This record gives sequence, structure tokens and C-alpha cells, in this order.
Amino acid sequence: MHFVFMEGNEAIAWGAKASGCRFFAGYPITPATTIYQTMINILPPDGGIVMQGEDEIASIGLCMGAAMTGLKTMTATSGPGISLYSEQISFAIGSEIPIVIIDVQRLGPSTGSATRGADGDIQFLRWGNSGGLPVVVLAPEDVRDCYTLTQKAFNLAERFRCPVFVASNKEIGMTRENLDLDSLEPVEILERTISNTRDGFLPFKAASDSGVPDFLPIGDTFPVRQTSSTHGPDGYITTDPVVISQMQERLRDKLESTIDSYSYYDAVIEPDADTLIITYGVSARAARASQRQLKQKGKNVSLLILKTLWPIPDQIIRQFGKPVSRVVTVEMNLGQYVHEIRRILPEKEVIFLGHMDGRMISPQQIQEAVTHDQLD
Amino acid sequence: MTSLINTSRPPVFCPGCSHERITLALDKTFQNMNIAGHEIALVSDIGCSGLFDTFFNTHAFHGLHGRALTYAAGIKMSRPGLHVIVTMGDGGLGIGGAHLLSACRRNLNMTLLILNNFNFGMTGGQFSATTPPEASVGSGFLNQLERPLDACQVASAAGAAFVARASSYQKDLVDLLEQAIRFDGFSIVDMWGVCPGRYTKKNKITPASIGESLAGLSPMTGVVEANIRPEYGTQYRELSSALKPANTPKGVAVNFKPLFSNRREVILLGSAGQRIITAGEIICLAGMSAGLNATQKNEYNITVLRGPSISDLVLSSDPIGYTGIEHPSVVVAIAQEGIDRRKGLFAKLGPESMILAVKGLVLPDSRARVHEIDMKALGLKSQDYAMAAVSILAGMNLILNADMLKQALEYRFRGSALEASLTVMNQCLTTS
Ligand code: SF4
Repeated sequence: MHFVFMEGNEAIAWGAKASGCRFFAGYPITPATTIYQTMINILPPDGGIVMQGEDEIASIGLCMGAAMTGLKTMTATSGPGISLYSEQISFAIGSEIPIVIIDVQRLGPSTGSATRGADGDIQFLRWGNSGGLPVVVLAPEDVRDCYTLTQKAFNLAERFRCPVFVASNKEIGMTRENLDLDSLEPVEILERTISNTRDGFLPFKAASDSGVPDFLPIGDTFPVRQTSSTHGPDGYITTDPVVISQMQERLRDKLESTIDSYSYYDAVIEPDADTLIITYGVSARAARASQRQLKQKGKNVSLLILKTLWPIPDQIIRQFGKPVSRVVTVEMNLGQYVHEIRRILPEKEVIFLGHMDGRMISPQQIQEAVTHDQLD
Repeated sequence: MTSLINTSRPPVFCPGCSHERITLALDKTFQNMNIAGHEIALVSDIGCSGLFDTFFNTHAFHGLHGRALTYAAGIKMSRPGLHVIVTMGDGGLGIGGAHLLSACRRNLNMTLLILNNFNFGMTGGQFSATTPPEASVGSGFLNQLERPLDACQVASAAGAAFVARASSYQKDLVDLLEQAIRFDGFSIVDMWGVCPGRYTKKNKITPASIGESLAGLSPMTGVVEANIRPEYGTQYRELSSALKPANTPKGVAVNFKPLFSNRREVILLGSAGQRIITAGEIICLAGMSAGLNATQKNEYNITVLRGPSISDLVLSSDPIGYTGIEHPSVVVAIAQEGIDRRKGLFAKLGPESMILAVKGLVLPDSRARVHEIDMKALGLKSQDYAMAAVSILAGMNLILNADMLKQALEYRFRGSALEASLTVMNQCLTTS
């Protein structure tokens, strides 16, 4: 047993180090700064690199340059910084640059409240890029998840060569919690697939089985190309609509067609339940408590906690939605992911519970939402 | 050494464009320096200068407008052995201004080539950061209102140690480029040129007139003595190699039996400077030493030295779900600011809750038991109130006991800080 008292942000940093992260760049922003602070304490003594960008655009740019030399990289910010990352995120998607991006969400819009939480960026993370191609978004509910989901985020970034977000929240990132480091789920660390040929190497030609190109780093003995322009397999600009559409569809399919292999979730199912609570992030903790309290009162409800938010784990949502007639979607915003739930479960009664005022959603509120509507 | 020009992708510039001369000069420089394509990373910006990466058989990184220096720095830090060369127009110079300043201040060994032709060629000749006010450009009268930027003056003021202003046509350009690339630090060459595609249609500018204009300015020919200093990457590696490894935080030993089962909530209401967050951490560490789960959620103003400071703690033998405070067993009221921030809490407290309050504070009405502490009589300073209150709780065997507290203090503090906290503890354990 190795019992430590750690905040979510620290756990993310340690999880990153355990994943083989060798490069971190950040810009100070509450409530994400302690990730940067932890990284500067733990990575450089170990030979890794930590830099402070002149702004968020630079922070992620530094990471992207480093990523293409072959390093595992991470940056961390909050909503205002994600806005500044946006153009670089589009670049990372289109040019298949692996990077882990932590968003410790705070109450928006805009500058909003630096020390209050929200899950207000959930659709923004998915759609805040030009071109609208998919990204991966994972959502931790506690400090333990911060550690292991960060490891999974690195694995996904390397496997798919794409930006992977961890959508944390001030209420997880800056909340300390006891954690038994010895009890963490072991995560096998993946590495990028390196091309075994140099002769005729094409930087954006997908290996046929994975849909993801094999990699050679900038700095290899074979000169490699990286470009933000619309390109063919050779990494040069192309105007050929056939080549272009193959590339775009591949960028979509490599993530969406494989979602079942990384649909992370936790489900607490009551066989006789008529109501399913679907939630994610810190609200999951209140949902767990309310589920227990309702059970004590003789009311059984099921609970689905999504840890992969994007691409949408349709399969999981359908599977757990099937046996119930009502779904209560709980999120710390004014209704974002609930639109996806309504789309995926059109035949169910989908109720939304959420607010965005800096307060967490309480177990009491969830209980009321679950029981109240049944009286109507 | 052979040419690094990519013969399958010949330059596609407008006839007479000075970018073409620079392409050839750069290739000649590589040849003179005898460097191979895989030893070079060419990082190109956006616009006509952004095509550079395609003309060479080198590592290439073509990114977003104005951001080339950011990728270049990431590449150079990760692969210090590479020659990292950035090509950027006067457009990239303007939009990426913050990155230019930062590159100059950092002094990472890279070379920035500014292909300065005084306008946005690719998009139709709009004015850029270097367009003279008297020029006629595609931005109507707007350029008449702004003063052009002298990239070299800015760079040397920002700390660049190699700054050269040059004509794309000058005979020794190849030598100058070699000096810039060889320079051990950030080097910048501002190369003035012509854009026949857009700019020279309405503005009279020729290789000769560029030469005359440059002659009228105080020359910038390379090394800026006053800015000479160690290279960033070398220094980074030196400083970081001297750091002691950071070990995973040490574990808290579970040595005690908890004083309760299920969930207990404690809230500390204080103000900045009273070490409220540390006191909260101590309570949690004490609980963990009895095998309990613990969470700590803090609230304080952005101006850390003023305003309320509040810590919400949950201790429980069961896994902790919700980390908010619903029914606190103990409210520790240390400062009025903290009480006022959470005044709504008091009306909900029942007789099962206890308020441990510093004497003299105004408490909102509640049904909770109130236990007052006369801190003044104890001779304690405001910054010790929170630790004193925790010690008093331990003395009452409420939430934690003296052994747990002692272990938590020994885990958390060292040296004189530990001694000071143990003194407060010993003084207060018996004052309940
Ligand atoms: S538009 Fe100007 S800068 Fe661009 S290729 Fe033509 S002449 Fe050169």
C-alpha cells in the first residue's frame, strides 16, 4: 500500500511521467497551473523537457514540434487556453501529431471564474477545430482516474497519432484526495509504430491494418515531412479530390471505427431499474452517492459513468439505455452531452439536470431529478 | 556536397521574386557548410515563404501562420543536433510577434530567415508590419496610419545576439547565412526583397533601391556583442542535469484505528494567511493515518494574500463520492471573512454539529453547539489559529486524536516548521 494525498492535477503529471511523457510545455492558468508546476518538479531531473510558452499558442506549438521528433508530449490549460490552442489542435488532427491536452475546465464563458468549476467545454473540445474531424476526449471523475486516464490518453495519442484530451474540472484538478498508488489499474504503455522501411517512406501513408501512418521522427537519417496543408501520403500539397477525400475519411475512420476498443466507462446496474443516470466527470461522484441514497430509500436506479466522451461510445449508451424507459443526464453545464444522449436514445424519455454557477451538482439534486419527474 | 534542392518540386515563385534567389542562396550555404538534408529541419511559415520546405530535401515542418518559431523551438530542444532554420515573411513577423520576442530572449540555437518584401504577397498585397506608410498597397489607406516595424531593432532590443539586415541581392548573402547558421544562439537575418507579383506593381522598388535604403540605416551585420550569452539548450541541459530526482510522494503509514465510521465533514472558515489549507491537509493526513479516505476542496480569492480562505474536508471509512459539504460535524470558525462567505451554512446546522470558534467572531444563528477558544489568552498569532484549532479538536478526540495529529505533522513538516507546529499542538491539546 502506498497511500498519498494528492490533487487531480498532480496525479495527471505523475500519470504522464509513468506514460513516458518526455516533453511538457504550458502557460500558467488557474486551475491547471499545478500540472505545470508538478511537471517542472518531476520531469527535468529525469532528463525530460519542460518549457513555459510565451502564450498558449506557443505552449502547444512547442509540444507539436517535439512530438514530431518522436517524443511523447503533453500540455495543460483551461478553457481560455483551449480557445487559443484551437488552430493548433486542427493542425494536430490533420497532420496526425500525437499530443495529450489537459483541459482543467473552469466556469466560463471567457475569463469566467478562475477558481470555480464547470464542464462547459465538452462540445467545444469536440468541435473547436476547423474541419470538424473527430478527436478523443476522456473524462476523469476523481484523482485515481486522473492518473490512469492520462496514461490511456498517451496510449491513444500514440496509437492513433492524434490529439487526445483529458477533460478534467477544477473540482477534480484542485481537490486533494487519498490515493493508493499501489492499487492503480496497471496500464500497459504503448509506443508509436515506427516505420521499418526508409526507402520510399511516405509520412502519411496509412499502414493498411490500422489506418494510421507508421512514423519516422524529424531528426531521423531519412528526411521526413510534416505539413499543415492538405496533403497526400507523401506530405506534399495536393489538389486531387480523390486523394483528399481518402485522407479526410481515414482521419475520421481511424477513430470512429475503433471506438469500441477504447470506450471507457463504469456502470453500476440495478436489474429492475427503470431509470438510468448518465453522467461524467465530477458529477459522477454525486451520482454514485445519490444512487446509494436512493437504494436505501428503496428506489433502484442504474448508473452509467462515461469516461470516453468522444468519439461517442454509442454502443455503450445504447446497451445500458435499452432496459430503462427514462434517462437522467447530469452534467455541470446548461446541457451539452445530453444532446448526444437524446440523439442516440430517441425512444427514451431523456431528462436533463445541470447548472453552471460554480457549484457542483449535489446528490440531493440528482435524487430530486430522478424521483420528481416520476410524479408528473 | 551536392545540392539539397528537391528537383522533383522546382520553385514556383513569380518571375523576378526575390524568394527564388534566397532559395538558391540557402542551398549554396548548405553546400558550403557540407551539411546533409537529414541534419537540417526547415520550419516554414505561411505565405509564399511558406513554400520553402517543399523545395529542399531536408526534414520539413510547415505549420500555422506566425507560429513557426514555436515548433522550431520544440524540435531544437528535442534534437539539439539538428540545424533548425525557420523561413518567415513579414506577415509571419507581425502575427507571430510574441514568438519572435520570446525566441530572441531565449537564445535557443536556431536561425530565423525573414523574407521581407513589405506586403502580403499571397493574399493580394495587403500591408504588413513592415510596409512603409507611403506605399500603395491592397489595404486602402490603412498603411498610412501605421509605422513599419524594424525587425532588427526589435530583435536586438529583445536580446537576440545575432541580428543582420540584408538585401536578398547582396553578394555575400551566402556567407552571411552561413555565419547566422553557425552562430551558437538565436540568429536572425532580415532579408529585404521584391515581390513582383504584388508589391512592385504599384511601388517602385528594385534591388538597387533596396541597397540604397539599407545604406541609409545604421547597419546590423550579425553579432550583437551586448547580447552574447550562453545558448538556451546548453544551459537548460546543464541546469536540469544538476537537479535532484523527484521521488513519488512518500506514503502515509496507517497506524491507528479511526475514531468514527461512515462520513464526517469538517469545514475550516478563515482568511488568507491563516494557513487554513495546510491545517485542512493536516486533518486529512491524520484521518489517512487511521485508514480513512479523505478529500480536501479549497476556496480562496485569486489575490491569495487577501480575502476568505476556506477548506471543505470529508473523511470517511467508505469511498467518498460527493466532495461538497452538506452536514458538517465540525465547523472551525477562525476569521470573520470565512464565516461571512459561508453564512448560509449556519442555519442548517443541528445540535449534532459543533462550531469551534475563535472568541470575538460574530456567528450567524444556528442550533449547533458552540465551543469558543480564546486565542489571545493563549498568546497565539493569527497564522497559528488554524493549527491551534486542529490541536484542540485532537485534544477532544473529535475527528482526530493527538497521535494521528503528531504523525501528520511529522509527515508534513521538517525542521523548524515541525518544531513550531509541535509547540502549538502541545500547548493546545489540553486547552479544550
Ligand atoms: S506573390 Fe510576391 S512573394 Fe509571392 S511568389 Fe509572387 S512575387 Fe514572390
